Amino acid sequence: MIRLEKRPQPSKIWTVMTPVLAVFLTMIIGGVMFAILGKPPLEAIRTIFWDPLFNAQFASYTRPQLLVKAGPLILIAIGLSIGFRAGIWNIGAEGQYIMGAIFGAAAGLAFYPSDSFLIFPLMIMAGAFGGFVWAMIPAILRTAFRTNEILVSLMLVYVAEAVLASVSQNLLRNPEGMGFPGSRNLSQWDASANREIIANSGMHWGVLTAFVAVIFAYVLMTRHIQGFNIRLTGEAPRAARFAGVMPARIVIFCLGLSGMLAGMAGLFEVAGPAGQISIDFNSGYGFTAIIVAFLGRLHPVGILLAGLLMALTYIGGELAQLMLGVPGASIQLFQGMLLFFLLATDVFINFRLRIGQAEAA
Amino acid sequence: MTFTKLLTSAAMAIGLASAAVAGSHAEKTKVGFIYVGPVGDGGWTYEHDQGRKAVVEAYGDKVETVYQENVPEGADAVRAITQMALTGADIIFTTSFGYMDPTIEVAAKFPDVKFEHATGYKRADNVSTYSARFYEGRAIQGHIAGKMTKTNKIGYIASFPIPEVIRGINAAYIHAKKVNPDVEFSIIWAYTWFDPAKEADAARALIENGADVVLQHTDSTAPQAAAAEAGGVITFGQASDMGEYAPMPRVSSIIDNWGPYYVQQVGRVMDGTWESVDTWDGIAPGMVGIGEISDAVPADVKAEALAMKDAIAAGEYHPFTGPLKKQDGSDWLAAGETASDGDLLGMGFYVEGLTGDVPN
Repeated sequence: MIRLEKRPQPSKIWTVMTPVLAVFLTMIIGGVMFAILGKPPLEAIRTIFWDPLFNAQFASYTRPQLLVKAGPLILIAIGLSIGFRAGIWNIGAEGQYIMGAIFGAAAGLAFYPSDSFLIFPLMIMAGAFGGFVWAMIPAILRTAFRTNEILVSLMLVYVAEAVLASVSQNLLRNPEGMGFPGSRNLSQWDASANREIIANSGMHWGVLTAFVAVIFAYVLMTRHIQGFNIRLTGEAPRAARFAGVMPARIVIFCLGLSGMLAGMAGLFEVAGPAGQISIDFNSGYGFTAIIVAFLGRLHPVGILLAGLLMALTYIGGELAQLMLGVPGASIQLFQGMLLFFLLATDVFINFRLRIGQAEAA
Repeated sequence: MTFTKLLTSAAMAIGLASAAVAGSHAEKTKVGFIYVGPVGDGGWTYEHDQGRKAVVEAYGDKVETVYQENVPEGADAVRAITQMALTGADIIFTTSFGYMDPTIEVAAKFPDVKFEHATGYKRADNVSTYSARFYEGRAIQGHIAGKMTKTNKIGYIASFPIPEVIRGINAAYIHAKKVNPDVEFSIIWAYTWFDPAKEADAARALIENGADVVLQHTDSTAPQAAAAEAGGVITFGQASDMGEYAPMPRVSSIIDNWGPYYVQQVGRVMDGTWESVDTWDGIAPGMVGIGEISDAVPADVKAEALAMKDAIAAGEYHPFTGPLKKQDGSDWLAAGETASDGDLLGMGFYVEGLTGDVPN
């Protein structure tokens, strides 16, 4: 007889081991799936996990792209994780990401075609502000009217998408774009371009900001009283109140910070890799970042690694489509498996497997 | 055997296998396609993939085709196209308007690779553009719609207010009005190319308002299903034939037929005669196909529609022939004058008689 027995304390080893086990199980079951689809399983797994890093032909391109893809995911996930620790569920990072991009791009385009070096810093601030404002809506509604921030922040994503469609056809439309929707290309305008800091490294200002955010979050959560208050609010709200923590301030702080980071991620994306505001500029980073936050166990270093892993499966998945002709949907299944196995194996952190007769209590 | 050993030997085996593959494909022409939707969307992307299959059929072992589906327009597109070029593609078709800047950007880095961008207007030495004169098909639809409507209300599900879509609305309206002066168009802007739920909502709203013809410039079959449900409403297939809804509600269709163009351009890469061109083909060379007109259409209407198709194909008739006025009453084309391609490509206005404004 197999049964689960609760551990007296969460297992430290399993906390580290479950992601590894989850990746391993995904490789096996994913390999079976590829085999059923009639594709060579080992080659598919190798294409997804190995080729983006080490393939002689194109890894020099895909390695930097890992950073480009992981940067916004990490930046957004760091912000979300701080709120999640306090039990504040910002599900609308996608909307804050869009608003950050719109505010930032608008701030820059207002000065087109100036070549002042102040434009890019101004855009970053405007981007952070855009995300912040959008996150303040659920924050204020929650503190003032006790609305549910999950619903409000999620619904605001759809509002942000509508705003995006509108500005890309009106307010920010490229006057030289022959009537087609979409703004001027920010990455082709020197003053606004979010360039690589070191050429061909993938390391643009957004990636750097993401790394700084990781360090900042680590210090905040482990060394600063506000980090303690946040964790206390999440783990024992009553105790937090007795300790003098103002719940409203925590809500404003967490939503505001995550909105700011998501907004900055949007700005760095629109000024760099994406280049322009267009109707479907957003590609789901805000939602994927929620997965990254949990995959990284809401820990800054974990999120850093999880963001890179997610980016690897995206880029590897694209390569597998390209080189082996596996369907795009199978790659999404593959990513879904990864999350599923991670959550499934999590049980071993708090429980151990017992085989045999139950001991008499 | 340890796990690492297992991995290394597996990796080596695969490495050898792929080296062998690389050796054998050197003389093959590698053709890449970037798709905006899934190959099974039944519309836009499906037809591009049919074009890819036509290339395979035409050249067999001499070509290898690769594709990537659901590529978002923007940052991911640059990476997808670059990766395709890096893995040895000789020619890459990027099949959506939003890939314009990404295509130009990547093309600048790979001067030896040929690029073909659908529906855009930016070209380079190694970037061609191509599109189809769908408005020719819209004219025929407008004729059938004008003849067949009993309520004199025609619904139109538009996607985005870009020249391509506005051109379609105008072409359909002009020809519906010509045969039925009482006809009215109601236009719903869906702001999507493919969103079955939204498209179905739009179709239902139009039908509830009395429309008994629904035209669509979105790619899913959801409006067809909504019309079938309501009964007594006719529709036209968009991008692909959507023949599963014939004979009612789907009475005809506009079919994007990219195959001949793709076969021709790949052939030019093979024999070294490829050069950057701007192609805008219509019914005559077969890039725009008119799906079979079903028996739900009266025989005389069908005959007229086919006659118009033949006249367009023969170059005897242009769907935008004057006298035509713009919506604001100002003159556009004098009697007998036909619209220039420049006017058509940048079209941002409705013709006289249409109500409502182009969203701006």
